[in-house]
Amino acid sequence: MADRFEAGQRVRTSRSDPPHHTRLPRYARGAAGTVVDVQGDYPLPDDRSRGLACEPEPVYTVRFAAVDLFGTGDHAVTVDVWHRHLQSLADDEEAGRER
Amino acid sequence: MSGDHHSPNAVIAARVRDVEALLEQRGLLDSGELDAALEAFLARAYPGNGARIVARAWLDADFRARLLTEANPALADLDLSMGGGLQEQRLRVVENTEDTHNVIVCTLCSCYPIALLGPSPTWYKSEAYRSRVVREPRAVLAEFGLDLDPSVSITVWDSSAESRYLVLPRRPAGTERFSEADLAGLVTRNGLIGVAAL
Repeated sequence: MADRFEAGQRVRTSRSDPPHHTRLPRYARGAAGTVVDVQGDYPLPDDRSRGLACEPEPVYTVRFAAVDLFGTGDHAVTVDVWHRHLQSLADDEEAGRER
Repeated sequence: MSGDHHSPNAVIAARVRDVEALLEQRGLLDSGELDAALEAFLARAYPGNGARIVARAWLDADFRARLLTEANPALADLDLSMGGGLQEQRLRVVENTEDTHNVIVCTLCSCYPIALLGPSPTWYKSEAYRSRVVREPRAVLAEFGLDLDPSVSITVWDSSAESRYLVLPRRPAGTERFSEADLAGLVTRNGLIGVAAL
């Protein structure tokens, strides 16, 4: 697994739209936010729901500005996100430049 | 929709009964064991537990600090837990202040601190609440009768994984002489979810 994230790190959620169950809510896909809490390691339901073997992986509370999710709003939304659904924002931006 | 035998709930309920019957036939489960476990779980789970937690936090700064940092061990002070006889879940308590307000939702289904508070209210599970409160919390809270000052910033906590959330509401003014039990009497279920002030 890639390095764990820590509170304060900027991250971006995955854009993937899988045909199976996923715990990354649609409204929070492809969005940039900040890790505010590290909860512990849990198996990923995306895999468990399909009967796949899965090692527990970190779950983080990620805080988003509403405007980054919906294009509007002055509030914040936190979403609890498994490690696999996140990449560091810096990596994400670098990947964008390479394309 | 209850009583509608074509509803998804009826289909799931029938399937659950079949599985329970099979487990009993094979001797893996005693007759009535599941009902007894569920009854015991729910007998201890009601909003009064949340009210006791809040009242203690208002009176005891040390308890409040521990509750907000790592809630699960702090619950033992009040003989409460997030297990209730089943697997223990992680609790995160979020504190309302003069300039911040918190509200809880589960947009994917209906996750809720059942082990402490009992079953969630029906509206908490409605698509309208789940889809709207993340997008326009100020409007939704106003519909609950909670008009927040525009200067108050709102955080919506979506319980999308294994943690459950509880709001620590602000202590009402004029309650300085209240006992812990009196204070607990002021705390409502809606206040613990964050759709009401006290």
